[in-house]
Amino acid sequence: MGASQSAGTEHEFQDLADRTGFSLEQIGNINKRFRQLSNNEETLSREDLASIPALDNNPIRAQIINAFFDKRNLHQNETGTVQEIGFEEFLMVMTHFRPAAMGLTEEERENLRREKLRFLFNMHDTDSDGTINLEEYRRVVEELLSKAGTIGQETAKAIADAAMLEVASTTRGKMEPDEFYEGITFENFLQILNTFDIETRMHVRFLHMDTATLRCGKSK
Amino acid sequence: MSVRVALHSPTGSRSFLERGLLLLVMLIFLEGTVLTLGAASSPDISAQDNTGGGHDRRDDHRGIAGSHEHTNYTYTKKAFPVLSLDYHHIQVPFEISLWVLLASLMKLGFHLIPRLSSIVPESCLLIVVGLLVGGLIKLAGEEVPPVLDSNLFFLCLLPPIILDAGYFLPIRPFMENIGTILMFAVVGTLWNAFFVGGLLYAVCQIEGTYLSQVELLPCLLFGSIISAVDPVAVLAVFEEIHINELLHILVFGESLLNDAVTVVLYHLFEEYSGAGEVTPTDVILGVICFLIVSLGGIAVGAIYGILAAFTSRFTSHTRVIEPLFVFVYSYMAYLSAEMFHLSGIMALIACGAVMRPYVEANISHKSHTTVKYFLKMWSSVSETLIFIFLGVATVAGPHAWNWTFVSVTVILCLVSRVIGVVGLTFIINKFRIVKLTTKDQFIVAYGGLRGAIAFSLGYLLDKDLFPMRTMFLTAIITEIFFTVFVQGMTIKPLVDLLAVKKKQEAKRSINEEIHTQFLDHLLTGIEDICGHYGHHHWKDKLNRFNKKYIKKCLIAGERYKEPQLIAFYHKMEFKQAIELVESGGGVKLPSAMPSQVSMQNIQPKKLPPAVAERALPQFTKGREEEIRKILRSNLQKTRQRLRSYNRHTLVADPFEDGWNDFLLKKQRMIELEKKMTEMSNYLTVPAAPPDSPTMCRARLASDPNAFYNIKASSDGVPTIQVDLASPQSPDSVNMLNEFSKRGATDQGLGQREGATRDEDQGLMMKLSSAGKEEKEEGGNKNPGLMRCLSDPGPSNEDEEDEPFLP
Repeated sequence: MGASQSAGTEHEFQDLADRTGFSLEQIGNINKRFRQLSNNEETLSREDLASIPALDNNPIRAQIINAFFDKRNLHQNETGTVQEIGFEEFLMVMTHFRPAAMGLTEEERENLRREKLRFLFNMHDTDSDGTINLEEYRRVVEELLSKAGTIGQETAKAIADAAMLEVASTTRGKMEPDEFYEGITFENFLQILNTFDIETRMHVRFLHMDTATLRCGKSK
Repeated sequence: MSVRVALHSPTGSRSFLERGLLLLVMLIFLEGTVLTLGAASSPDISAQDNTGGGHDRRDDHRGIAGSHEHTNYTYTKKAFPVLSLDYHHIQVPFEISLWVLLASLMKLGFHLIPRLSSIVPESCLLIVVGLLVGGLIKLAGEEVPPVLDSNLFFLCLLPPIILDAGYFLPIRPFMENIGTILMFAVVGTLWNAFFVGGLLYAVCQIEGTYLSQVELLPCLLFGSIISAVDPVAVLAVFEEIHINELLHILVFGESLLNDAVTVVLYHLFEEYSGAGEVTPTDVILGVICFLIVSLGGIAVGAIYGILAAFTSRFTSHTRVIEPLFVFVYSYMAYLSAEMFHLSGIMALIACGAVMRPYVEANISHKSHTTVKYFLKMWSSVSETLIFIFLGVATVAGPHAWNWTFVSVTVILCLVSRVIGVVGLTFIINKFRIVKLTTKDQFIVAYGGLRGAIAFSLGYLLDKDLFPMRTMFLTAIITEIFFTVFVQGMTIKPLVDLLAVKKKQEAKRSINEEIHTQFLDHLLTGIEDICGHYGHHHWKDKLNRFNKKYIKKCLIAGERYKEPQLIAFYHKMEFKQAIELVESGGGVKLPSAMPSQVSMQNIQPKKLPPAVAERALPQFTKGREEEIRKILRSNLQKTRQRLRSYNRHTLVADPFEDGWNDFLLKKQRMIELEKKMTEMSNYLTVPAAPPDSPTMCRARLASDPNAFYNIKASSDGVPTIQVDLASPQSPDSVNMLNEFSKRGATDQGLGQREGATRDEDQGLMMKLSSAGKEEKEEGGNKNPGLMRCLSDPGPSNEDEEDEPFLP
């Protein structure tokens, strides 16, 4: 029975590997971690992630955990959140943190960039309406400064306001006093982070594509 | 004077000629001093002449005293010398000043000549100037002074440049690429040294080159001297080509960190050249020595850096000497490291990089500016001098030109650099996530410029131990000239040709800062979820340790608690405020953003419908414009007020409290302005807030609903009724006046208290207790005192009110 199960998972892993681009070994590692977090259950709940001790000190802990349960990040064209995620969904979220492969074309690079920025955007856009409004942005900054105590909370609003002003002024240019900037759309978001090399920055080494080649290099 | 005028005249050819003249005059002037210097130093008559009457008189005196030894003392009185010349007395500092002046004028001159600096790098021009100066000195038949003396170079000229580089080292990209940089700096330099040295030795053994007396060890020594990329040259050239940050930090980082390798190799080979052979034990000792030299240098630097940070914690009462600590501690670090033959460059880099975040939090803004300017000034003068001296030394030095040796050196340096970079990148790319492309490799290889460090090291060689020292020096100079002239001049067109990614000049925006921080935390979080302790995890740990313990010890007051984002925001705000002050104020809005978008554009407008109905008196276009104009002129005034306060803060207040105070004020100005704009839109704002006007305004700005609640609850407070039926009636304008007046009186309430009390009693009474500025708190009971304390002064105040008091 054990054999058949492992054969099953192997087949499953191969399938996942084809779809996500991770290597079998990486998927195995992530799966091990997944089982560890979920206490060997098939699915992972918010509490499982919240109980990771290392996350305690992370100011944006809540947002990170939310990102795992956000349907938009799971490659499903729907909004809202789920309560529990399976291994496949877990892996899907992880794909956003894969480093760029060597020799990408301009177009592929741009796509990767959009995909990564979309993930960030979704983390900010909590009500899934396609814009980050001032309230949401303020919350982001507040979260970011949540470990800084009272000074943080006082300044957070000013910072968010200044940032929003900056977005409005860079994306709209001059505005009449009675015009209203309703919030940052994804296009605006791309625009303001134009100089921000997200494709080379948003990755976790663990999820490096080239682990296989790396080993080859060492064994040589 | 006429030359000066001509410099600015638009006729290019003529001004060029005049400039040439100026240059020539300068050279002749310098020439003259060298001449006198030569004359003065020669121990014959001229010295006596120079020292003037003083000596002569004393001699005379003694002579007289001697001849009349047993007779009476007769004092022959001479005329008191009204003017005497004693050049010898001031010679050294005078000449130093002249050289510095020459360097600065040259730097100035190049930037006056249009287009020249875009074609030829400054370093090349400076070397040419040095050659000219050296040539002129030689033409005058004088001994060319040994300007690029090793002591002078290593103890005076090099440290400012390295400190400047270390203090302003972009830590983040440097640490992110530290592996690659170390690889290039250590392995690359080793490879270069042995490849060049070894092959050079092989070439020397070929018959017919007349070089058979050159042994292996001197060759290796030469290789180690010539193989190190020079930070001065790299900085000078790379600063002008604006390459992207990654490539810049790779080449520049390499040039800084290879110092340890060079130092060890140099001492190792110099030592064994005498002994004649190297045993395996020596190699192991060399490796250990390398570790000690590099790590020891870093440790020395870090210790001095921490000391500097700790000292700066206590300087809040003597702000003037703050910048000095930065310089002195760094220089001490450099000297201490050099004392033990550790890597002084690494010590300086470590010292600057360690002290900077803490020192910056401690010292005042002005001190920070001072540090910045002094470092930039010193380093640029040093750099200029170094290149000029290189030219002079070229003319001065005895040369032993050997075609084979020189050309082989140049070729080998190029070849080994290319092989080294390509080979190392092949290995490094396996570990890098952002791969180095072929273009990148080319620029890294091509940017490996050699410079004055190599020359000075060669100059240090003992003539007796190394009979081929002159030949080495000639080869070194040729290699330096080759890299600086050929590579330095062609690298810019090549960068353009290859379309290498350039540096983005955009200044860091607050959004980027937010997302940098956000991403850091996000990646740390993902690593934690993966259960993988990667470098984000450790960086986060280190950051928290830094925040918890180190910052507490090294940063004075409460500022250590300040998170990076807030610090960034404050810095940005401050910078903009300063820009505002410098631009004369009034042109830009004093908001945190240089934009035409104001706060209200992004504020969610959640006006209750009832309010909206009640609140919007319909103005005709013309009327609206008129009101806007009135408001705008008022705002202009408040901006001027802000500026005058700024000036005061910047000039008179030496303490940082002034800055906090200023921030507070600025905040208020913004809010005031916000309200003004809002008023012009809605004209719905009732008067007389229950608490401080500022508070109320803030609340109003953030949440209109809350505002109306307050309004409802504060019945006892006099409010102004808007006559909705006739929006153009004098009443509505009156109301506007009331508001503006309130805005104005907020600021000068002390002064105007008495006057306005008669007009609108309750309102002003209410306001007087508001206490807008902290300074004025407690001054409420004493209007006279308050007037003294309120900053803009009475005259300003009156002006401000003018539009509103018909």
